[in-house]
Amino acid sequence: MQESKLRETLVLGDKSYHDITEDICRPIEGKPNKYWWIAFAISFCMFLWWAVCLSYTIGTGLGVWGLNRTVGWAWDITNFVWWIGIGHAGTLISAVLLLFRQKWRMAINRSAEAMTIFAVLCAATYIIAHMGRPWLAYWALPLPNQFGSLWVNFNSALVWDVFAISTYFSVSLAFWYTGLIPDFAVIRDRAKTRGRKIAYTILSFGWIGTAKNWQRFEEMALVLAGISTPLVLSVHTIVSFDFATSLVPGWHTTIFPPYFVAGAIFSGFAMVQTLLLITRKVLTLENYITVYHVDMMNRIILITGSIVGVAYITEFFMAWYSGVKYEQYAFLNRMAGPYWWAYWSMMTCNVITPQLFWFKKLRESLVATFIISIFVNIGMWFERFVIIVTSLHRDYLPSSWTMFSPTWVEVGLFVGSIGLFFTCFLLFARFFPVIALSELKTILKTSGSQSKKGTTDHE
Amino acid sequence: MEKKYWKGLDELNNEAEFVKQNQNEFAESIPKVLTQESLESNTHRRDFLKILGFGIGAATLASCEAPVRKTIPYLIKPEEVNPGEANWYASTFADGSEYSSILVKTRDGRPIKIEGNTLSSVTKGGTSARVQASVLSVYDSTRLKGPKAGKSDISWEDADQQISQKLADIAAKNGKIAILSASIISPSTQSVINDFISKYPGSKHISYDAVSVSGIRAANKESFDMEVIPSYLFNKAEVIVSLGADFLSTWISPVEFASQYAENRKLRNKNTMSKHIQFESTLSLSGSNADERYTHKPSELGSVLLNLYNKIASQTGGPSLQAPACRLSEAINKTAQELLAAKGKSLVICGSNDPSAQMIVNAINSLLGNYGNTINLDSPVYVNQGDDAALATLVEGMKKGEYSGLILYKCNPLYSYPNTNDFSEGLKKVGLKISFSEKWNESSDMMDYSCPDHNFLESWNDAEPKAGHYSLAQPVIAPLFNTRQAQESLLKWSGNTSDFQTYIQEYWKANFFSRQEKFATNEDFWVQSLQDGVFEMASAESKSYQSKGDVNVAAAKLSKMTSADLELVLYVKTGIGNGEHAGNPWLQELPDPISKVCWDNYASISPQTAEKLNLVQTQVINIESNGKTIKLPVFIQPGQANGTVAIALGYGRSIGKEGKIIGVNAYPMAGISNASLVFSGSAVKVTKTSDENYTLASTQTHHTMMGREPVRETTLAEFVKDPKAGNPLELITTANGKKRPEELDIWATASNPGFEKPNHKWGLGIDLNACIGCGACVVSCSAENNVPVVGKDEISRTREMHWIRIDRYYSSAAAETDRIGLESPTADPDKLEVVFQPVMCQHCNHAPCETVCPVAATMHSSEGLNQMAYNRCIGTRYCANNCPYKVRRFNWFKYSDNNMFDYQMNDDLGKMVLNPDVVVRSRGVMEKCSMCVQRIQAGKLKSKIAGRRPVDGEIQTACAQSCPTHAITFGDFNDTASAVGSDLKAPRSYYLLYELNTQPSVFYQTKVRNKAKEAKSEA
Repeated sequence: MQESKLRETLVLGDKSYHDITEDICRPIEGKPNKYWWIAFAISFCMFLWWAVCLSYTIGTGLGVWGLNRTVGWAWDITNFVWWIGIGHAGTLISAVLLLFRQKWRMAINRSAEAMTIFAVLCAATYIIAHMGRPWLAYWALPLPNQFGSLWVNFNSALVWDVFAISTYFSVSLAFWYTGLIPDFAVIRDRAKTRGRKIAYTILSFGWIGTAKNWQRFEEMALVLAGISTPLVLSVHTIVSFDFATSLVPGWHTTIFPPYFVAGAIFSGFAMVQTLLLITRKVLTLENYITVYHVDMMNRIILITGSIVGVAYITEFFMAWYSGVKYEQYAFLNRMAGPYWWAYWSMMTCNVITPQLFWFKKLRESLVATFIISIFVNIGMWFERFVIIVTSLHRDYLPSSWTMFSPTWVEVGLFVGSIGLFFTCFLLFARFFPVIALSELKTILKTSGSQSKKGTTDHE
Repeated sequence: MEKKYWKGLDELNNEAEFVKQNQNEFAESIPKVLTQESLESNTHRRDFLKILGFGIGAATLASCEAPVRKTIPYLIKPEEVNPGEANWYASTFADGSEYSSILVKTRDGRPIKIEGNTLSSVTKGGTSARVQASVLSVYDSTRLKGPKAGKSDISWEDADQQISQKLADIAAKNGKIAILSASIISPSTQSVINDFISKYPGSKHISYDAVSVSGIRAANKESFDMEVIPSYLFNKAEVIVSLGADFLSTWISPVEFASQYAENRKLRNKNTMSKHIQFESTLSLSGSNADERYTHKPSELGSVLLNLYNKIASQTGGPSLQAPACRLSEAINKTAQELLAAKGKSLVICGSNDPSAQMIVNAINSLLGNYGNTINLDSPVYVNQGDDAALATLVEGMKKGEYSGLILYKCNPLYSYPNTNDFSEGLKKVGLKISFSEKWNESSDMMDYSCPDHNFLESWNDAEPKAGHYSLAQPVIAPLFNTRQAQESLLKWSGNTSDFQTYIQEYWKANFFSRQEKFATNEDFWVQSLQDGVFEMASAESKSYQSKGDVNVAAAKLSKMTSADLELVLYVKTGIGNGEHAGNPWLQELPDPISKVCWDNYASISPQTAEKLNLVQTQVINIESNGKTIKLPVFIQPGQANGTVAIALGYGRSIGKEGKIIGVNAYPMAGISNASLVFSGSAVKVTKTSDENYTLASTQTHHTMMGREPVRETTLAEFVKDPKAGNPLELITTANGKKRPEELDIWATASNPGFEKPNHKWGLGIDLNACIGCGACVVSCSAENNVPVVGKDEISRTREMHWIRIDRYYSSAAAETDRIGLESPTADPDKLEVVFQPVMCQHCNHAPCETVCPVAATMHSSEGLNQMAYNRCIGTRYCANNCPYKVRRFNWFKYSDNNMFDYQMNDDLGKMVLNPDVVVRSRGVMEKCSMCVQRIQAGKLKSKIAGRRPVDGEIQTACAQSCPTHAITFGDFNDTASAVGSDLKAPRSYYLLYELNTQPSVFYQTKVRNKAKEAKSEA
C-alpha cells in the first residue's frame, strides 16, 4: 500500500494526554529524590562560596584578583562571555525553531529557556563584579540625573552591551514566563494543598484556558519569538563589539560578530545537552527527551562547531594577509606563546571533538554526546580566555608584556557561578514544569500513530 | 494681537466662583503640618503619607553624619603663608655623597616638593631620584622623636649636662675625641667642628664615605701633590672613556656630570656629539648609555689600564710600562686611537678605589693633555672627601683604646664599615659615644647618647660642593620632633651659645661678603644669597698639569691583580645609593634603571655564567667572599661581565614602622686592602641552597623590542648623512597606494578637521639621545601627583602605579623574523646595547581610551590633554586594555589609610607630603599622567594675572623639571616659538606607534649612537 511516510514520533512510550500531565507534574508534586538533594546541596554550597568570594572582592577591592596593569580583564570577562554564549541556545530553540515550526523543540524549549535566564543572570553578575566601583554600576545606564550634564558615552561598546544584555534578559524572561502560564494553571488545578494553590494561582495570572486565552497566548508567543529572533544574532554580536571595536591586536577583527554568534550557539547547545541528559535521567523523562532530540542538537553542534573552526583559521589567514606585524605576532603568540596550552585546549575541544558527530553512532550515543558536550563547554571557555588574555598580555609595547594567573578568588567566583546556575536550575526543576506540557500535548499523535503502529517503518 | 485660548468655558465666562477656586496655585489645599488647625482636624490619607514621607526622609538625612574633618584656622596668620598658594624656598641637599641646589615648594607651611635650582652652575636645575625623594624623609615617622641616653628618652638639658660633664672629664684627662662624619661640604659646619676640636685638643675629624673614592685623592696627592678630587668637565670632552665609573648615576657628582654629558650628546641644531666608551664589569647606567662598551672582570682592570696607557704612551712619547696581555686588546687599540685623535679634548675616568689604578689614569690624562682642559685640578670638588686611610687609623686607634670619645655624624659605620666586628670591638673601648643620627640605626645600638639632628629641611646649613661655589640651606618647616641640629649641639658642647643660623650668618659675613662686590651691605648680600640659594665666584683658572710620581710601582701593583673564576663586584644603585636613604619608600619603589627590579638586591650574574654554574633566575644561593657568606636570589643580567657576581650595596636596612628589612647588607663583603676600601675583585664561591625560589618584583618582565621600533635608533655616521636615518615614516598600504595613517581617519575629514584646540595645545618632546634613564622623573612625578607606593607584593603582580615609567630594552641578535629568538637579549655582553624610553600618557588626540569608556570618565580637553574624571570612573578598565601604550594605572586597592599599604599615605605625618592640588584617588578608579594639569593651570593663572600669554618654558611638568639632562621638554604646540614646536619639526622626531593614528601629544626623538659601524639590526 502506498502512503506517505509518517513523521518521526516525538513522544515515545504510547503516552496519553493524561500521562503527559502526570509525568511532568510528578517532580513538582512529589518529593524530590535523593539525587536532587545531593545535586542541590553541592550547588548550594558552591553558590554560598560564590557569595563569599563576591563579598570579599567588593569589600576589599579588585586587587584580590590576579589582574594587573597589562591584563585588565581575564576570568571575569571570560566567564561573562561564556555564560552569555550559553544562554543563546535557549533563545534559538524557543524563538527561531518556533518560527521555523520545528516541533521537536517542544520537549526541550522550557528547560533551555530556563538555562538562558540563569546563564544571563550569571553573566550579569560578572558585569557588576568586574567594575572597580560596582556600587556605581547604574552610571552605565542613561538615567536622567542631577550630577550635572552627565550622560553615558554612546561610542562605547560597553554601553551597547548594557542595552543588549538587559534587553536580552527582559525579553527572554517574558517569553519564558508567558509559556509557563498555562502549565502553572495545570498545576494550580491539580494542587491539593492550600499554599500550593495560592502560589500557583498567583503564578498563573488567572489563566482559565478559554479559546480567547489560547488565541492570545499563541499570538503573544509569536510576537515574542519575533522579538527574540534578532536577539539571538544581536546580543553576541554586541558582546563581540567589546573586542572588535578596540585596537588590541587579536581583538580588532571584523569577523568577530558571526564568529561569536556561531560560538554562542555552539556552546549553548553543548550546555543544553549536558543539562538535559542529566535531567531526563534524574526526572525520568526519557520518553519526552529522546535520542531524536539529542541527534538533532548534535547536528547543530556539528554545524556551529565547524563555523567556529573556520573562523579560527580565517583569523590566522587574515593576520598573515593583513601584513600587520602586531596582529601577526598576536596570533603566533596564541599558538606558540606562553599560553599555547590554552590555545591548543581550545582547538582540540572546539574544532576536533565536534567533528566526531559526523558519525551517526556517536551522534545518537548518549554517553558520547555527554562527554563531547563537556569538551565543548571547556573549549568555549578557553576560546574566550585565549581571546582575552593572550591578546592583552602581549600587545604593542613589549615593555608592558606580562603574564596573568588567577587567584583563588577568581576561581571561586567561577566555580561559584556554576553553583548559582545549578541552584537556580534545580529549583526550577523542582517547582516549575521542565517541559512545556500544554505545548507538548499539541504534538502528541494519538489515533493516527496508534493505528499505524506496526505498519510504519521506524528508523 | 496675541491669540487667547481658554481652558474651558468656565475660564471664558470667568464667573466669580471660578475665580475664587483658582486664586490658589494648587487646587487642593496644602497640608498644614503641626498647626493647631491640623492637629484638631482629621488627617487626610494623602496628607498622612506626605507627612510620613517627609518625616522618614528628614529623620534619615539627619541620621547620616558626614565625617568631621577639623581644620584649624590661623589665629594670627603668618604674613607669607596664604592658604592655597605655594611658597618656594631655595635650599641645598647635601648628604655627603651627593649635592644638589634645590628649590623647596611649601604649601601651608609644609614642604611637598623639591625641584632643581637653575641658578646653580653646578647642578643647573637638575636633580636625582634621591634628591627628589628626600622630601618624604622629613615625614618619616620612624625618625627619633627626641634625644636618648642609651635606649631611654632623656631631655636635651639632661643630655647636654651629662655630655658636657663627660667631655670635660675627657678634656681634663687629655683624652682624644673623634668626630666621624660623612663628607662635610659645609664650610660653616666645618668651622663648627674646628671650633669643637680646638676646644678639645687632640680631637680629630675623620671623613668617611661608605662608598669611597679616596683612591682618587690618594693618587692625585702622589701625581700632583694635591689631595683633591678635581672638577671633571664632560661637556668639554669629545671622547669619554670610563673604566667602571658610573658617572651618570652615582660617581662623585652625577647630577652635574649628567647635565654636562648631555650638553655634548644632544643634537639640537648640530650634528656632532661626544663619543663615550665604557669598560666595566656590571651593566651600569653609564655603561648602558655608552656608544661602545666592553666588559671585563675586575681583576682585568689592571691589564686594560696598562695596555691603554702603553698604547697612548707609545704615540705621545711617554715611558712604556710592563703590562700583562689583555683579552680586550682590539678594543683598547680602538679606544686609544679615539683618545689620541681627541688629545686635550678627551677624558679618562676610573671608578676603582685603588690608588694605583687612579695613578695610571692620571698618567693617561696627563699624556693626553687633558689637565687644564677637561679636568680642572684647581677647582676641586668637595663631595666624597672620605679618607680610607684615616678611617683605618681610627679603627686601629680605637682598638688600642686611644680614643675616649666618638661622635658619629651622618654616618653609620656599624652598617657600612666592612669589618663591623673590628669597629664594634674598637667602639667598646671608647668611653663616650654620641650619634647625631636622625633615625635609630645600626650604630645607635652601641651609642651612649643619640642626639638626633634635624632633617635637612628643618635646618640651616651651607655647602661648598666645589671650590668657589657656595649654597645655602634654610629651614622650610619647623622641627617636627624634639630634635636639634647637630651643629648646634657641637656649638653648645664647645661652649658657644649662639645658634647655628647666627653662626652661619656671621661666617658668611666674615668669609664671603668681602669676596664679592655686587652688594654694598652684608644684609643685602645675605638676603640675596638666601633667596638665590647660591653664591658663586668665578672658578679658578684651570691650569695644565703633568703627572709626577712613579707609575712603575703602580703598574707593578696593577699587573699583580689576582684573578679568580668568579669575582665579586659591589656596586651602588641609582635609587638606593649607599643605603643612607634606604628607608624611603619612593626610592625602594623606584625600579632599578637597568634590572627594573624594586625592593630588593640580588646576585647579578651574566647569562653565560649562570648557565655554566647551572643557576636559574631567582634561585637562592649562598655567596661566599672575603670569609663572609650572604644569601641572595640570582638575577640573570645580560651585559654583565662573565665570571662575575654583582651585588648592590645599600640594602639590608629597615623601612617603615614595622622595621621590615629590605634586601641583604653586602657591605661586609667589601674588603680593606692597604687601608683602602675595596669593592670589587675578590674571589667568590657560589653554592646552591635548598631554599625556595625567591620572588623579585620587577616592573618590566620582557626585555627586547621584538623587532618593533618603539625606540628608533641610528648611528651618528648615518645621521650626518641623513637626519631622518632610522626614522622612516610608517605608511599604511591601501588599495590606492601608501597613505599616512591620518589620511585614513574615519572621524576627521577635510571639511571637519576634528576638534579644535584654539588656545593651547600642550605637549611633551622627549629626546632619547639625552635621556640617560636615571629615574629622577619617576620620583618627581610620584611626589607631584600623589602617586601611591604599593610595595613589593603588588609590584610582583605588575601593578605599579607610576604615571611615568622608563622602558629599558636590550638589543637582540636574532633575525627580525625569528620571533621566538627575539625574546632573548644579545648573549655577548660586549655587543649588548641598551636603550631607555620614558613613557607616560601620550595624551592622544584620537585617544583609544576615550571612545571605550562607558561613562565618559576620560575625555579630551580643548587644550589637547586627555583628562580623567576620577569621580566619574566606575572602573571597567576597558580604557587600560585599549591603551596601546599601557600607561593607565588602576587602583586595585585603597592605597591610602590601609594597613596593607603601610607607607606614607597610611599615617598622618606621611600624608603631609601630599600635594593638595592633586586628588588622592580612591579604590576602583583608573588614573594616569595628567601632564601635570595642576601646574598648567597654575601657570596659566599666573600669566593671566600678568595679562600676557604663558611664556615658553614658564610652565614645566614635574618630569621635565627634574630631568638632569633636560631630555623632556614641555610646551605649547600652538606657540610658534616654543621649543616643542620646533623640535617636533626636526627630522629625528617621531610619534610612538604612529601607525595607529592615535595622534599623540608626546613625541620622541631618535637615539643616535656615536659609532662607526652601522646600527645593529635592533630588536
